[in-house]
Amino acid sequence: MTDVKKTILTVDDDIDILEQLKFQLEGANYNVISAGCQEEALEILKDAKFDLAILDLMMENMDSGFVICHYIKKLHPETPVIILTAVTSETGMEFDATTHEERSWVKADILMDKPVRSEQLLKEVHKLLNRS
Amino acid sequence: MEHLRILVVDDEAGMRHGVLRALRNFQVEVSDVNEIVSFEFDDAETGEIALEKIAAQMPDILLLDHKLPGLQGLEVLEKLHEDKLDILTIMVTAYASIETAVSATRRGAYDFLAKPFTPEELKSLISKAAKHLILKHHAKKLAQEKKQMRFQLISVVSHELKAPLAAIEGYLNIMKEPSLLSNQVNYNHIVDRMQFRLVGMRKLIFDLLDLTRIESGQKKRSLSEIDMLEPVRMSIETATPAAKEKQIEINLNAPEKLMMIADTGEIEIIMNNMVSNAVKYNRDGGRVFIDITDMGETVKIAVKDTGIGMTKEEVSHLFGEFVRIKNKKTQNISGSGLGLSILKRLSNLYKGDVTVESEPDVGTTFTAVLKKHTSVENPPDAQQPEEGE
Repeated sequence: MTDVKKTILTVDDDIDILEQLKFQLEGANYNVISAGCQEEALEILKDAKFDLAILDLMMENMDSGFVICHYIKKLHPETPVIILTAVTSETGMEFDATTHEERSWVKADILMDKPVRSEQLLKEVHKLLNRS
Repeated sequence: MEHLRILVVDDEAGMRHGVLRALRNFQVEVSDVNEIVSFEFDDAETGEIALEKIAAQMPDILLLDHKLPGLQGLEVLEKLHEDKLDILTIMVTAYASIETAVSATRRGAYDFLAKPFTPEELKSLISKAAKHLILKHHAKKLAQEKKQMRFQLISVVSHELKAPLAAIEGYLNIMKEPSLLSNQVNYNHIVDRMQFRLVGMRKLIFDLLDLTRIESGQKKRSLSEIDMLEPVRMSIETATPAAKEKQIEINLNAPEKLMMIADTGEIEIIMNNMVSNAVKYNRDGGRVFIDITDMGETVKIAVKDTGIGMTKEEVSHLFGEFVRIKNKKTQNISGSGLGLSILKRLSNLYKGDVTVESEPDVGTTFTAVLKKHTSVENPPDAQQPEEGE
């Protein structure tokens, strides 16, 4: 068995959301690196290796999951990215990354609406990581 | 410097030039809003041309002759009214009969000028009109800013209220999965975090209530001569449990007594905000220095901590509305982001000001200077009618 633990980068400005992701992902036998803001995430991007990223879309201080996602895809085009959004619940706007046009500017592999149920998130994570 | 455009409509060329000559280089000072107004001119010889010019560029003031060759002055006025064009109009007429006066004001004219008039009469009327316009613009701008601020407050607050809900919801979801709760430590930690978020949420709601009461002027102020050190000591007492938890020592350096005209509750809120911040953003084992100085006309309250401090950039953001500095050092500190807004507003009631000095990892000093005697009145903007709503 080549069962090397895969590493997941999580970025969210809410410390409790980060903790919950860590809890769930570690429970599913993944390594987790957490970042609390865009700056920290970009710092981690410089040298850390990870297999998947889970990003919050809208954070404080103009930090944005889109920006981090853009950098990840530039540096590691093959690394899958999940963006979590509360946009729909906050603004009523629907967001998706399923059509071709949406994919052309939303670089994330999957957009998921917050709050995300644990098994739903893990299902997507497993799927993305077994893809490669 | 504000510029107002005047359109002079008269079929007599001499009249048009006379008006321009009289008003050339004329300026009006609107002292209420500290503004100087100058004028730009255009003219039209008929009502038809005037309407064309208005359609191309709206003037601020219309100096409209009543008796014109084609369209009459009143007809121009009526047309403007129909098109809902709100231009301050002064009717100029040689026949200042009461009938034309009534009829013109009904159609929205602002005032009259009877021919022949002196340059002084013209200037005095234009000056009155300019002041009226500038104050109107100003009131509109204020109402707009207020609306903008309210919107900003609502969006910040709704985001800040949703975040703890989402965090608690997430933890509850985890608790539903027994496999994830393999040990008691995790369980206790999760319950602690949920409680922490709830405390923060409650604080936000209370701060919000404080703030709206101050804003709306509905908070009844009971001003009397008090020893302001009483609420100061009370706020120290309030902050003591939290300070003890972090082994923080609070020092008070103040005169025995300091009398001022104030509302005890307000001074207590001011002090609570300052002292609790100094404790919250302090390091374990740190110190808080409260300095109260009698400056004669004013009282200076300085609260200094030995805490995490802020960078210059963070300080510059701090005095924006409803801002909370979020970084690694503050993520475990619960705050509503409203404390400083409340502090500023209350200090304004005492014709005072709040300033801050800070250095990262050294500490922060907040200083509030309050007037000892302020007249008994509500917040300055509390009773203004809401324009445009």
